Amino acid sequence: MIRNELLICAGGACITSGEKSVKDALIEELNSHSIQEEVQVIETGCMGACDLGPIVVVYPEGTFYQKVTPETARLIVSEHLVKGRVVESLLYTEPETQQKVASGAEIPFYTRQVKRVLRNCGVIDPLSIEEYIARDGYFALATALEMSPEDIIGVVTESGLRGRGGAGFPTGFKWKATRDAKGSPKYVVCNGDEGDPGAFMDRSVLEGDPHSVIEAMTIAGYAVGAQRGYMYVRAEYPLAIERFEWALRKAREYGFLGENILGSGFSFDIEIRIGAGAFVCGEETALLRSIEGKRGTPSVKPPFPAQAGLWNRPTLINNVETYANIPQIITKGAQWFRSVGSPKSPGTKVFALAGNVQNTGLVEVPMGTTLRELVFDIGGGIPGGKKFKAAQTGGPSGGVITADYLDMPIDFDTVKELGTIMGSGGLIILDEDSCMVDVAKFYLGFTVDESCGKCTPCREGTRQMYHTMERICEGKGRDGDIEQLSRLAEVVRDTSLCGLGQSAPNPVLSTLRFYQDEYRAHIYDKKCPSHVCKHLLTYSVSADKCVGCTACARQCPSHAISGEVKKAHVIDQSKCSKCGTCYEVCRFGAIQKE
Amino acid sequence: METRMLNVRINGRAYEVPEGITILKAAQEYANIDIPTLCYLEGISEEGACAICVVEVKGAKNLQRACVVKVTDGMEVWTNTARVREARKLNVELLLANHPTDCFTCEKNQICRLRELAAEVGVREVEFPRTRSEWLPFDETSLSLIRDPNKCVLCRRCVNVCAKVQSVYAIDIVGRGSNSMVSTFLDEGLGNVECVNCGQCLLVCPTGAITERSEIPGVWKALGNPDKVVVVETAPAVRVAIGEEFGMPDGTQATGKMVAALRGLGFNQVFDTDFSADLTIMEEGYELIGRLKNGGTLPLITSCSPGWIKFAETFFPNVLDHVSSCKSPQQMFGTVTKTYWAEKMGLDPRNVVVVSIMPCTAKKFEKERPEMKTAFHYWQEKLGLRDDEAFNDVDYVLTTREAAQMIRESGMDFANLPDEEFDRPLGESSGAAVIFGATGGVMEAALRTGYEVLTNRTLEKLEFEDVRGLAGIKSAEVDIDGTILRVAVANGLGNARALMDQVQKGESPYQFIEIMCCPGGCLGGGGQPISDHPDVKQRRAEAIYREDAGKPIRKSHENPEILEIYKEFLGEPNSEKAHHLLHTEYCDRSCD
Repeated sequence: MIRNELLICAGGACITSGEKSVKDALIEELNSHSIQEEVQVIETGCMGACDLGPIVVVYPEGTFYQKVTPETARLIVSEHLVKGRVVESLLYTEPETQQKVASGAEIPFYTRQVKRVLRNCGVIDPLSIEEYIARDGYFALATALEMSPEDIIGVVTESGLRGRGGAGFPTGFKWKATRDAKGSPKYVVCNGDEGDPGAFMDRSVLEGDPHSVIEAMTIAGYAVGAQRGYMYVRAEYPLAIERFEWALRKAREYGFLGENILGSGFSFDIEIRIGAGAFVCGEETALLRSIEGKRGTPSVKPPFPAQAGLWNRPTLINNVETYANIPQIITKGAQWFRSVGSPKSPGTKVFALAGNVQNTGLVEVPMGTTLRELVFDIGGGIPGGKKFKAAQTGGPSGGVITADYLDMPIDFDTVKELGTIMGSGGLIILDEDSCMVDVAKFYLGFTVDESCGKCTPCREGTRQMYHTMERICEGKGRDGDIEQLSRLAEVVRDTSLCGLGQSAPNPVLSTLRFYQDEYRAHIYDKKCPSHVCKHLLTYSVSADKCVGCTACARQCPSHAISGEVKKAHVIDQSKCSKCGTCYEVCRFGAIQKE
Repeated sequence: METRMLNVRINGRAYEVPEGITILKAAQEYANIDIPTLCYLEGISEEGACAICVVEVKGAKNLQRACVVKVTDGMEVWTNTARVREARKLNVELLLANHPTDCFTCEKNQICRLRELAAEVGVREVEFPRTRSEWLPFDETSLSLIRDPNKCVLCRRCVNVCAKVQSVYAIDIVGRGSNSMVSTFLDEGLGNVECVNCGQCLLVCPTGAITERSEIPGVWKALGNPDKVVVVETAPAVRVAIGEEFGMPDGTQATGKMVAALRGLGFNQVFDTDFSADLTIMEEGYELIGRLKNGGTLPLITSCSPGWIKFAETFFPNVLDHVSSCKSPQQMFGTVTKTYWAEKMGLDPRNVVVVSIMPCTAKKFEKERPEMKTAFHYWQEKLGLRDDEAFNDVDYVLTTREAAQMIRESGMDFANLPDEEFDRPLGESSGAAVIFGATGGVMEAALRTGYEVLTNRTLEKLEFEDVRGLAGIKSAEVDIDGTILRVAVANGLGNARALMDQVQKGESPYQFIEIMCCPGGCLGGGGQPISDHPDVKQRRAEAIYREDAGKPIRKSHENPEILEIYKEFLGEPNSEKAHHLLHTEYCDRSCD
């Protein structure tokens, strides 16, 4: 008889912070107390609060233990499960009130979220189809199979669901276009090639709730008239592949996939295709080529995949998060879906919150939530008492939202007005110490590396832009650089073949728009106002603070610091390599960086 | 079904264009506007990679690629706005930033599309620095072609020709972003992969990234050596194309001027590969007759085209017994010159240098095949030659372009040279030999001889129209005294593959197949003048058939010099001696 369930978050972040050894310790301790028959240990998908991991939740109480180690895991067993005493030291402390919070449901990080896409993530055992079914899983499929394909497309269209992959194209349109397209067979493809740095929304769904995507793709197959689906997932997600593969097998066993699904006469199956790690394969035409076994390079649209996709046949392609919305739209209806979010961007959006913010992790909020709510209410604000400077959205294809727009509701259209994009949901918070020129250079460098090289503007243009950005950050900026960057950015945006190239200049354009003063400081004053760009820094010794301990002189790798013991030291600027070692080793705050 | 007409406005003017047309074609054909292109090659390379042909389309967020975007009804196109001009110019500038600036010495300097494009869009300054840190090494592994990846603009025309036209797939893009480049399997180099040396990539390359391996210096050296007797042979397709190199109209028959020019260069004897083309017909014709009569392996497939031979050896090694054992005319010529002719003239074969002028780059590879040292083996015992004194039957192969270059270097005014005649005895040829240069020509030549040999009757009509023309695959049925001979002709290896797939499956309905590696046959060979005129192959073909029609002798077996060589030297067609000297064997290259 099971009396307790221990849910361990087995999302990527928790695994890297030691989830496996925590699990082993829990099982060992349960065995040593001979209660292994009474307590079940379940590994779930990502629970979202990544900076608190490894996370263990004890049910039925719902006690939320954070930052669990193998040692403290034993305490959870010996104290909580054997003696019935909550382990106070492992509870979350509310930063403002300093109160311990026993239940995960009461942690502000969670209370503000609306979990629809992630409703099962961190709640069910992703390897258990029964648990998925117990949460109404495959009910949508059964419902859909009794509807006409046109009615299903009608509901999806009416829901106003827009593609969560980045561009926000209306999903119902795509479904209808694929259904209406001439040609057979037709295909259904799921884009799980999540490549934005720091983004892991799709990965979490695939790892934590794989059946929701299988169910949705099957519904899509029925709606558009396809019998074969492909899940394209990147090789860097081995756990997602493993769990999805397992889920496929279970779905087939239960008759949710394969021949004559649920006796409806409709047959559908899904194969996994693993990407080899090229970012551009997230672009739909490149992805389709990759599935065909060809080099993943984009082609000109039109024809769109709905007209001529996989092997030139009509193909529906949506991303993981988009699909994950579908089952609930079918079971609960379009109106329910529209009950949250903004009128033109209904529903929720999952963000991967990262950067200079207290609580990092995966959050799902209604479209139209303000950046302030995301950063300060859910994210817990900026660490170290620093000021919020900007949020980067849309990864390398996006741009920044500045502090002036903290109260603007975020949805597909509002972010576009600010010159950035929603993207797949990466949200990097930058504090006052961030150099925006450096940030733009970082993202541009990513695109330069990931450009497929097919078209001139993306291949050569982004490279030239990066070259200029590098010069600027190295203090070799010249008059005319801003104009040249703008000229290049415009043509790269205007003439690149696919979305990757067309959006590649966005980080530069966006920072040029809002932080041109920082560019000017770098170019004309040879200063990095945020003290990030190494080449633009000057290290000096403050004579009145220096006690002459010689620590800096001894550590300086370029022997640039001289001075007698107990007397103020001096840095020879001609020798200084600006490595920052002196700044690090000085215990008296005597090294100045400007 | 009637084509639907669409309304389109180009630069404000209204046009009616057929549905399915691209913006590029609509502008060109209906509005007299040439939108500049670089990577585009109609029907072959339509990828929209270079982003030069961009135009503004009303309602579109971004500039559109005219080469691939089709006109839709009511479309408004602007081809000449500031936005368009800026985009084209900047994209050309970006390509130039990393392009070598050795235009003075570049082989393609007069015909470089990139240079032309820079002028067209008005680039006068490149404000961007070179961003590639290293110069990439040349690919010099091939005996026929040299690739300089530094000059590559990644237009993919070569890749597409190799894959879509030739179905060889020897090259593709490797690496990504600004590190992407055209390369071969594991960067092994063209000489070590399935490349058949056809040079179609060279013909479509818009820059000097692919060139032939030049043999000009060796030829000049031989010509300057008084101890050598330097003999030149010219392939049939050269004479109808070389004039283009000197500004003469496409399809000019320049045989006499070519002979005069070659003599002017200092060649001791100016002979004609057409002579050995006639010889090929005798040998191959009798091989076919033999196989037909004795129940040999059929269909018999021609073996003149060295690109095709390497293709067969690589992709169809298990059906090589279908391929005629006849050497190509070039190699027959080399052997005959260094045996029959040298003997007749009392020359030491070691002092005879054979230079062949070919429309072909694969011939450079062919002459280096280890089997192609027949004359050496013929003489080895007689002259007591050591193994390390072995010499090739053909010493140098020049493309049509290289021959033209040598003529330019000599300062001769080619177009105004007086017509001269080939030297004898290896200079006489029939019309049947001339048409070897066009697809279907070998077939027609073989039929002219085969018919008369088999029937002992004179052929009434020499022209076999069914096997003429530039279609990729042609077939015909020839009635030879009530026996129907089924024949097929393929040009371009993609078409050859289709016929060979049938052969491999044992489903080929034919008894005789002619295969030429290059589209159009030798007249479209990789060694020919580079031209972007759409009908240049048609013009060259017309010239070839005019040349044939004007010949007094039009059947190989009526060439008196051919009759003479059999009488004096070879005996009968397919005799043991002929087999020894004029036939060869093939190898399985599938695992190379």
